Amino acid sequence: MGRILIGRPVVAGSGEGVALVSKEALSFWGGVCPRTGRIIDRRHELSGSIVTHRVFVFPQGKGSSTSSAVLMESIRADVAPAAIINLRVDPILALGSIVADELYHQAIPIVVLAQEDFFSIKQNDYLVIEPDGKVLVGTKPCTK
Amino acid sequence: MSVELSRRDKQLLDGQHGEAAQMAMRILIRMAEVYEATELMDVSQAHIDGCGLLSESGLEFAETLAAKGAEVSIPTTLNMVPLDLQNWRRFGIAEDFAAKAIRQAKAYTDMGCIPTWTCAPYQGYLTPRFGQQIAWGESNAICYANSVLGARTNRYGDYIDICAAITGRVPECGLHLKENRKGQILLRLVDIAPAIMQSDTFHATLGHLLGSLAQDKIPVIAGLAPEASSDQLKALCAAAASSGAVALLHAIGVTPEANTLAEAFQGAEPERVIDISLSDLRKSRCDLSTAGEGANLDLVVLGCPHFSFDEFRELAKLVRAQTEKGKVLHPNVRFVVISCQTSYALMQRSDFVQVLTDFGIEITLDTCPFHTPMVCPDTKVIMTNSGKCAYYAPGELGVQVVFGSMGECVESAVSGQICRKEAVWEES
Repeated sequence: MGRILIGRPVVAGSGEGVALVSKEALSFWGGVCPRTGRIIDRRHELSGSIVTHRVFVFPQGKGSSTSSAVLMESIRADVAPAAIINLRVDPILALGSIVADELYHQAIPIVVLAQEDFFSIKQNDYLVIEPDGKVLVGTKPCTK
Repeated sequence: MSVELSRRDKQLLDGQHGEAAQMAMRILIRMAEVYEATELMDVSQAHIDGCGLLSESGLEFAETLAAKGAEVSIPTTLNMVPLDLQNWRRFGIAEDFAAKAIRQAKAYTDMGCIPTWTCAPYQGYLTPRFGQQIAWGESNAICYANSVLGARTNRYGDYIDICAAITGRVPECGLHLKENRKGQILLRLVDIAPAIMQSDTFHATLGHLLGSLAQDKIPVIAGLAPEASSDQLKALCAAAASSGAVALLHAIGVTPEANTLAEAFQGAEPERVIDISLSDLRKSRCDLSTAGEGANLDLVVLGCPHFSFDEFRELAKLVRAQTEKGKVLHPNVRFVVISCQTSYALMQRSDFVQVLTDFGIEITLDTCPFHTPMVCPDTKVIMTNSGKCAYYAPGELGVQVVFGSMGECVESAVSGQICRKEAVWEES
């Protein structure tokens, strides 16, 4: 395993997975399908990618206030990312995870990293998120 | 970090006001931690966005609260519902979808919310006043309430809205506090011809550009015409809140907290100054369309956000001009206008409802094509005058979209093909 990044746990929890990295903001409503986990915003650089069980690394949310509902429903349907890492706190995404926790005792961790740490994460890095906001950055374990 | 609670907050959290209020308070406190707020504050009005999307979890959340006896403690209006409550059968909505949507609607009205069912709550009933502390959901309404009305709300997402309505409380932070409402970036409109400024697509085009430039910063626009109408500012806010996370914008001489530059920036300097030229606006306008001139048109969608009485009247004028020339709606084109009961009730007292319906325009209330499955799967190209609709349609509806003025939408609906009058945008 490689580096350890210290972040702020916006929604505390554990999660791990392969990083899906974007430099663009995204509205979850109109941006992610809550049934399939696919990015459906045709204007987004990751359009067509699947967020499910990935650690989704993007600067921040934007747009619709229904994004929290989309995140909660994707958590219920088990197509949500394993965790989210942002550059800035997005209360609407945090809300989706918190209400899922209240309703189903299922939340996904959301961590905010400082700029330098945020941009140090590369596509397909393997990330482990700890409840205190630590992010362990390594390479993809051999699964074949 | 802990949140300091009032005596009533503690009672709510302890369950003394029932299980629903307890759950709402728990969510609010967790959100206060997210916002890094140290206490909660009162709000005196709420607008619920969480009633719009139909999902298993959203329905379960609303019914859980209602079953636990939740009641709103402040006047609370409702955003869209996932179907036209009176006419859903006409729009081919499946029975099982409708049953769930109606259950979701009932859960919210059972909690005491007012069945306004509109995404343009600022043009109807219970419009907030200047300086009023409110908890609003719905991105376009949040932006309009903060910017145009000068009421104060954060960008509340689905489900904290009803928690705020039940408890009358929100985390004390962000745009509720005057010092956080100062402008951050200055956008100057430079040498934009009056013909462009008066064009019907100007405000949505500017909003789309604004959202992408500002992201989550508070933009201040210099150079906007002071006579901007409520509908034009609605178009501006809706587009800016779609391409960006804009919850508040100022426009010098137009919006109430920006009589002067100094007032808008509260005496501080802008972090950045950006000049907006005609070519920037042209690019923004192009970016809103994914199909071009001459494409076969399947569907026109107007009323995102919900059509006002004035917009109905404007549309009736355009339609009448066509019918007087003997023109009819092209047989391959469906023409849908979305609105709310309040605007529709006013329109029923006018003389032009029949002009619209005779032309073949379908009017649907309470909902929108993004939340109710009324768009046929074989729809390929839609046209709209809304920056918000143009932004989301390709992803949410899986269609190509063309952005144009209301007049261009009507012309295209008659010809069956996209036709836009480019002249005003082409001249340099």
